[in-house]
Amino acid sequence: MALPPGGAGSTGVAAGVVAAADLLCEAALSGDRRALARLLTAVENRTPLAEAAMRRFYPLAGRAQLVGITGPAGAGKSTLVAALIAELRRCGRPVAVIAVDPSSPITGGAVLGDRVRMQSYAGDDDVFIRSMASRGHAGGLSAATTAAAALFDAAGFGTVLIETVGTGQSEVEVAATADTTVVVEAPEMGDEIQAIKAGLLEVADIIVVNKGDRPGAQRTAGQLRSMLADSPPARPGRPAPKHPAVLLTTAPTGEGVVELLAAIDAHRATAPGTGDGSVRLRRAETQVWAVLSDRLHERLRTIEGPVDDGPEASPPDASVATPTATASAADLLRLVATHEMDPYTAADRLLALLLGA
Amino acid sequence: MTDRPIKVLIAKPGLDGHDRGAKVLARGLRDEGFEVVYTGLRQTPEMIVTAALQEDVDVVGLSILSGAHMTLVPRVCGLLRDKGMNDVLVTAGGIIPDEDVPALKEAGVAAVFGPGTTIGEVAEFLRANSRPRD
Repeated sequence: MALPPGGAGSTGVAAGVVAAADLLCEAALSGDRRALARLLTAVENRTPLAEAAMRRFYPLAGRAQLVGITGPAGAGKSTLVAALIAELRRCGRPVAVIAVDPSSPITGGAVLGDRVRMQSYAGDDDVFIRSMASRGHAGGLSAATTAAAALFDAAGFGTVLIETVGTGQSEVEVAATADTTVVVEAPEMGDEIQAIKAGLLEVADIIVVNKGDRPGAQRTAGQLRSMLADSPPARPGRPAPKHPAVLLTTAPTGEGVVELLAAIDAHRATAPGTGDGSVRLRRAETQVWAVLSDRLHERLRTIEGPVDDGPEASPPDASVATPTATASAADLLRLVATHEMDPYTAADRLLALLLGA
Repeated sequence: MTDRPIKVLIAKPGLDGHDRGAKVLARGLRDEGFEVVYTGLRQTPEMIVTAALQEDVDVVGLSILSGAHMTLVPRVCGLLRDKGMNDVLVTAGGIIPDEDVPALKEAGVAAVFGPGTTIGEVAEFLRANSRPRD
């Protein structure tokens, strides 16, 4: 059902696709979980149908609390998410989960294993767990994560847990996506120096030292508390420095999970930036720039135009098609690859083609 | 915009606790470019179908070594039909006697992969038989 590139242009989507999207949205928003799952697939594949559907469901979103769960591989993110699901359900609150795992950069395949830690809530329509492959997107999420979260939001899930891939030190994208970012660490994974490095810990609204029953958990929490105690002063024009609470949990037993959920709820109520909308403005910016960059990329990939100068731009295959020499993105890339043109000049050329087109 | 990889759920229904084969297959299909959701051990048919629905998979692969396949596999197929998921390809693997295969196919299983099947054969079958969807 994929339309040719450019078919999903800004002017609109084919009427049949809009009708199909409306039908699917109608069902998904009125509680049909299969329709919701299919819409998520469309969103994940960024099809024209997803685009049409987004126009419909996006205005209905904006109420849910998006909670990012991030941290290194093996810290216990999935098990902690499972414990949070159990606690939220105990309180009668619907919960959706987006669990991202990495795609192979070589084959594009992926093993999505987060569900192993989370039991399937068969027969409970208020729990919806969806695994997503990162599909080459860097930063710990997939390109479709924010849109998928908006869909869950519109469908009435008041809490959306977004579990990132296992992160290193600087995959901080989730902080621009979530209202509340929980960074999960395991005991003995680093000393005070790790705690004062820039990156992941800086974007945490809440820090969890999981595996709290392991030796060293208290010490790790203590180290994190003492190193993060002195927050930098706020600077105008910069995101406000955070003052993360450091909590201890033992996910398999549920120890500390009640306190974690309380901290997440409290963060939503009091967080700086939640009230004035600056967090959401940042999310909007990220989303719009991502779509814009996709669209530009798509247009530029296929664009062709007359060659304005230079002896370099007459690759054999371009001149076969038309009598006058043209340059395409592929030609320019080849020139950069062979060092006949620098990347800046190539980028400027492409932009000029686009603006002239 | 992107070519969607085929999405496969690999599930272990019932009580057998041996999932080396399921894990090897998950890894192998990853290398063949599939997105593989693995749900872990001891899943009920209801849990498997819930996962298949939420993940919107193209294929459900059931791995059974316990001998309970004649009960569990038709149950999964029936639940998938109840949910309207007729377009999901169901395959089975593990230790399944030849004489049980016709009945399983009757119940809705597209293929039964026994010991000795290569990952490549499974991948080829899934590519040829899973229905491309939006």
